[in-house]
Amino acid sequence: MSQAGGTTPKAGRSDRIARQVVLPFRKSLEISLKSIQVRFFRSMITVASLVLAVAFLSFTLTGSDVAVGLLQSGEPQQRLALVDAGYDLPSLPSAAVSPADEAARLTTSPKERWIVILSLLVCTVGIVNAQLMAVTERFREIGTMKCLGALDRFILRLFLLEAGMQGLAGSLLGAVCGVLIGLLVGLVRFGWAAVTNVSLVAIGATLGLSVAVGAGLSLLGVVYPAAVAARMRPVEAMRAQE
Amino acid sequence: MVEAHNIVRVAGVARTFTMGTQVVQALRGVDLTIKAGEYLSIMGPSGSGKSTLFNMIGGLDKPSTGKVFIDEVDIAQLDAYELAWLRNRKIGYIFQTFNLIQVMTALENVTLPMTFAGASQDEATEKGLELLGLVGLRERHAHRPQELSGGQQQRVAIARSLANTPAIVLADEPTGNLDLTTGEEIITLLKRLSSDRGVTVISATHDYKMLNVSDRVVWIRDGRIDKIEERAQLNITVGGIGTREG
Repeated sequence: MSQAGGTTPKAGRSDRIARQVVLPFRKSLEISLKSIQVRFFRSMITVASLVLAVAFLSFTLTGSDVAVGLLQSGEPQQRLALVDAGYDLPSLPSAAVSPADEAARLTTSPKERWIVILSLLVCTVGIVNAQLMAVTERFREIGTMKCLGALDRFILRLFLLEAGMQGLAGSLLGAVCGVLIGLLVGLVRFGWAAVTNVSLVAIGATLGLSVAVGAGLSLLGVVYPAAVAARMRPVEAMRAQE
Repeated sequence: MVEAHNIVRVAGVARTFTMGTQVVQALRGVDLTIKAGEYLSIMGPSGSGKSTLFNMIGGLDKPSTGKVFIDEVDIAQLDAYELAWLRNRKIGYIFQTFNLIQVMTALENVTLPMTFAGASQDEATEKGLELLGLVGLRERHAHRPQELSGGQQQRVAIARSLANTPAIVLADEPTGNLDLTTGEEIITLLKRLSSDRGVTVISATHDYKMLNVSDRVVWIRDGRIDKIEERAQLNITVGGIGTREG
């Protein structure tokens, strides 16, 4: 590599130039929104696994929300219904098990938790895969942008924004579906009491947690593909055109 | 430009690629000086190192040995920001495959480099429309690339290359994917822009129509400069092949 023999004074130039090559946030938002719009079907596929995994998570959480709601209604026949449904509860309130402890028994079992975590892991791998393909498909676009003067972090930001928006929309959809299905299943198992007794706060928390987890995973899944895209040298991108 | 200075200087540039276990010498020591405002064609068969040289001049690739100076600045010395700045402001790129961004309209494609350069939306739109007018596509500014013909796409690409009034326009086989007539239109347009605006146009090509408008032609063979011909010599050599301009 040829170095030394500098013909230009370099000191202090970087700062000035950094400010001269810009991509305002509003503009990057605009570009990534448009990109999702135009490739809507592609984005749907990327998001599909996330929707499913998040729906599963919020479904499981809703199940325990319903059970806790029924228990806290204090009605003996609801308690019996829960015992019948297989929850590990004494059939009468007893001093040996405190109410808080009972509620804790209604939350997801370790096995369920494992399955949920596994499904989320699988979904993250799916996102990485789909996003890597998206990057490959867009080699030329990325290379062109770089030829027009885009910095690595513009590309990174575009991909992160896109994934963030996809993640938010997908996990919101998944969370709502999961909660609805969870309530429906509760309705079938325990009747109307399941829906009337469930606490809105608990459902809200379930929704919030599911959306946060989903959006987080979507962003996590895109970090590596976006880094690949951002680090690509423009000449490689141009070569990928044939 | 009365006092033409050296806009590009290539000094002893060699480039080797490693393909598997084989080492391929794409360029074996090239020296070339290009004056500002010149219309220069780089000719050569495929595999001659033409594209490699072209990428070096465009700052898209770095030489294995030797140096490339743009405006007397050694591009090997530039960091990522400075290279991005160079690509953004100093150089306009035109590609064989047009490379317009498919999800954007013609106008958005043209304004993108201006956005990178920090221009405001209004400023960029105004200049973008003006440039599209220059290439005769002002009324089609809201069309996506898929809705434009190849020639029209290439004209949008030319407008985009001029977005930040660069000193150099690099055209890589600009007529390679176009039919004869459209290719000729593109060549005429490039020539007109070059003489009107004083832009240095460097094109890699094997389209002989390009020779008629070139001030100089550099012939590359086997990674070396075979010969450099001035316009005057050209008319004699190619007289029989292309139609001479009147």
